[in-house]
Amino acid sequence: MDITVNILLTIATAATPLLIAAIGELVVERSGVLNLGVEGMMIMGAVGGFGAGYLTGSPWIGLLAAVAMGAVFSLLFAVMTLSLATNQVATGLSLTLLGLGLSGMMGTSFVGQPGERLPNLDIPGLTSIPVIGRLLFGQDPIFYISIALTAAVMWFLFKTRTGLTLRSIGDSHTSAHALGIKVIRYRYLAVIFGGACAGLAGGHLSLVYTPQWVENMAAGRGWIALALVVFASWRPWRVLAGAYIFGAVWIGQLHAQAFGIPVPSQLLSSLPYLATVVVLVLISRNKRLTMMNTPASLGQPFVPDR
Amino acid sequence: MMRLELVKRPQRSMLFSALSPFLAFGLTIIAGAIMFALLGVNPLSAFRIYFIEPISQVWQLHELAIKAAPLILIAVGLSVCYKANIWNIGAEGQFILGAIVGSMIPVLFPEFEGPLVLPLMLLFGMVGGAAYAAIPALLKTRFGTNEILTSLMLVYVAQLFLDWLVRGPWRDPQGHGFPQTVQFNDSAILPELMPDAGRANWGFVFALVAAVAIWILMSRMLKGFEVRVLGSSPRAGRFAGFGLNRMVFFAFLLSGALAGLAGISEVSGAIGQLQPVISPGYGFTAIIVAFLGRLNPLGIVAAGLVLALTYLGGEAVQSALGISDKVARVFQGMLLFFVLGCDTLIHYRIRLIGLAAPKLEAAPKLKEAR
Amino acid sequence: MKKLLIALMTTTAAMSLAVTAEAADKFKACWVYTGPIGDFGYSYQHDQGRLEVEKALGDKVETAYLENVSEGPDADRAFERLAREGCKLIFGTSFGFMDPEVKVAKKFPKVMFEHATGYKTGDNLGIYNARFYEGRYVLGQIAAKESKAGVAGYIVSFPIPEVVMGINSFMLGAQSINPNFKAKIVWVNSWFDPGKEADAAKALFDQGADIIVQHTDSTAALQVAEERGLHGFGQSSDMIKFAPKAQLTSLTDDWGPYYISRVQAALDGTWKPGNVWLGIKDGAVKLAPFTNMPDDVKAMAEATTKKIADGWNPFTGPIAKQDGTPWLKDGEVADDGTLLGMNFYVKGVDDKLPQ
Repeated sequence: MDITVNILLTIATAATPLLIAAIGELVVERSGVLNLGVEGMMIMGAVGGFGAGYLTGSPWIGLLAAVAMGAVFSLLFAVMTLSLATNQVATGLSLTLLGLGLSGMMGTSFVGQPGERLPNLDIPGLTSIPVIGRLLFGQDPIFYISIALTAAVMWFLFKTRTGLTLRSIGDSHTSAHALGIKVIRYRYLAVIFGGACAGLAGGHLSLVYTPQWVENMAAGRGWIALALVVFASWRPWRVLAGAYIFGAVWIGQLHAQAFGIPVPSQLLSSLPYLATVVVLVLISRNKRLTMMNTPASLGQPFVPDR
Repeated sequence: MMRLELVKRPQRSMLFSALSPFLAFGLTIIAGAIMFALLGVNPLSAFRIYFIEPISQVWQLHELAIKAAPLILIAVGLSVCYKANIWNIGAEGQFILGAIVGSMIPVLFPEFEGPLVLPLMLLFGMVGGAAYAAIPALLKTRFGTNEILTSLMLVYVAQLFLDWLVRGPWRDPQGHGFPQTVQFNDSAILPELMPDAGRANWGFVFALVAAVAIWILMSRMLKGFEVRVLGSSPRAGRFAGFGLNRMVFFAFLLSGALAGLAGISEVSGAIGQLQPVISPGYGFTAIIVAFLGRLNPLGIVAAGLVLALTYLGGEAVQSALGISDKVARVFQGMLLFFVLGCDTLIHYRIRLIGLAAPKLEAAPKLKEAR
Repeated sequence: MKKLLIALMTTTAAMSLAVTAEAADKFKACWVYTGPIGDFGYSYQHDQGRLEVEKALGDKVETAYLENVSEGPDADRAFERLAREGCKLIFGTSFGFMDPEVKVAKKFPKVMFEHATGYKTGDNLGIYNARFYEGRYVLGQIAAKESKAGVAGYIVSFPIPEVVMGINSFMLGAQSINPNFKAKIVWVNSWFDPGKEADAAKALFDQGADIIVQHTDSTAALQVAEERGLHGFGQSSDMIKFAPKAQLTSLTDDWGPYYISRVQAALDGTWKPGNVWLGIKDGAVKLAPFTNMPDDVKAMAEATTKKIADGWNPFTGPIAKQDGTPWLKDGEVADDGTLLGMNFYVKGVDDKLPQ
């Protein structure tokens, strides 16, 4: 029983940063903006979170710094693509390039220093309940944030007026604009929210997952998060499921190896991407489903004319 | 808070078309000077080593050509896609598949030598790249699947496929167990242009030829007109009798073939064997190059050379002044942002809107939306 | 095109001359790293060696390095650049630099080259490597003594000879203490991904291992051991700061003494291309202080370390291959060539080598 709990906990830790970054990007894409700079924002969050935690001694300040770092960094993308109408694909890629360099530069003095770890939740009486105690009441704080965030985004997108407006902008910015909606302003907020989430995901890496700073420690998780959004066909609860499926497959293959079952690891590693392509094809075949979920104006620049 | 507002120009501004690269470069120099000064480096000597030294020595010019060739080759192909409003961002994968399929000949038939080897390899490379690019094209035309995402996902599949090949079935049995294929035989090596002066190979010539050919295609031929019409208005294109699906295939196959050619040229020219990693992200950098060159093939040649220069310059300041590789990358990122930003001026006038009027209505709503 | 180039060259020649002239006086030694020096692992350790050279030889030398150089055409350029910029002695620190370095060395016969972990040499190209497997034998013995479960978890990157050799040596050491000792092996297919390494460590602990060994660079696995109150070994650098209660010792690379001796030899004019494989006795392979273990285990580890330093090779027969076929006769010592190309397990390893 204990091993099952441990495996589930490991999966949760592996899935959390993917989930958070993907939820953020989902909101961005729902507003019709494609930000390919997730990896860059994530690594900035990781260095910011580690640095602030290390310098102040408080991982909580680190957590806030990670969020702030991601948000501020995404603002650069927002100004470029929204105010200056630059191409989103090129700008997003440039953002990742810049983030990798900048984080390395900022983190030079943090290399080889153990950082602060966010403590796991510990509620007397509850955490010690067998089996479910540690799963429900004994994980790191960011885990709970990630679940709450997913629920909040679901509620926001599908139950609030503002969420509806955001989705309508993603579907057709021109008609939204014609209705008098401030397209650019909504998109700014969406992009910054996405940046904050990516920053938080990075903070999870350097404050919980592996409390340390090393260059390039996001190691491609930002790209997997991008794949996840598509895999989930832009539905928050599917992002949650997807992140946990990816996590489970990855952790499962480690266990299979440790158990002595040889695993073709390259094939497994490419599964998320192959699965995403397959899902894309499946949802594209179903026109009704596509219309409902895919933000139709994804990636297209918008300049209000007057 | 001040707000930027873009006002579309009735037509693209010739003035800013010409001026914007210089403006961007000037801004980069200013920002870079501040950064270098903060790091305690004399900005003047940094810039001299960064920008001038790499183009002041013959061998470095050759290196510039090596670095720029794949970028240009891929980017001119992508420019056709993007002009047609088709978003192939998986050139990295097509590059890798081109390299793999092209390398089949020297790896699987190492005894096969002669003048036929190289042309066949290049052809195979183009076919490999085009075939891999056909997947997102097929998915888009058959199922309406978003090609940005499928082509991106396929990049990772290609990288892992190459990894598996060189660690498994294609591994050199005499290679001490290291993950790489046999070294290609001499007739499978793309020759150098001027072996006495430097290492630049025919890949650079391919890039220039491709750029000119695509330029002619786009500006002088009906196909180019078709690309532009379908790109700016698919409806108008349909009325003119142009097929959107055909165009999707055309753009993907063309850009895939060029990326594949770049891949096999890189492997047979500069590396000489397959390794787990054959590209430091050329396929992605080329996207940026395509936009820096404003999707104009000749502009792309210039943009490719400039971007290659930033790589070489970064190494030069690293070895000469001990400036870290990170700083060079940040500098490169700044350059990209300034160029992308300044190009906005070509199509738009920028108006700054002051504090007074919009603030009243903007502030409360901002809060609410949060 | 050509005219343009010539024009560019003449206008800028003066400026660049000034640059190259400044640096000509001191002896210049240079390094090429495949990773960032901020990886706190392999490239970091080489760079520490470079800094030791600067410290030891002071103003007689000047050093330079290029980091994050990817293997391929970028590597050719890196070596050529350093050779042209006046580096007299150039160290390439990654296996993937072998062919580029061979090419460039031929082109610059007056420049001295050294390449780590490869097997091709030349008139002005020497090779060097470290016998990490010596240290891994000691780790194996400690693991066998300290593990209550009799099972170690072993995190590995890629099935290359260096890694296979390490697994074999570790198991020989462990089974010299406890013949029933087992290792669970997990391939993570990456030299550097802290998250993956942490996941692998957790999986291995969950499957009953109580000691973690790694052939990857980050501190993540040890941090997991620390959290779980279990033990493990560091890699590349001393990671005690990250796991003060968990680290038993760390298998570290210290390239400093070697680099100092080679640069000194070059300064004295006695440099010759070598083929050296440095071990514990040369100080290139070091075990960080033995911690978190009882005194008798510590004494045993120190004794074994000394035995190896005195010349004993862990790959001394009788040793059979995994399938039971004899490999080394009693007293026979494995030759370096076989070790460097090692692609088979010895008897006792309970894993299938990925192909």
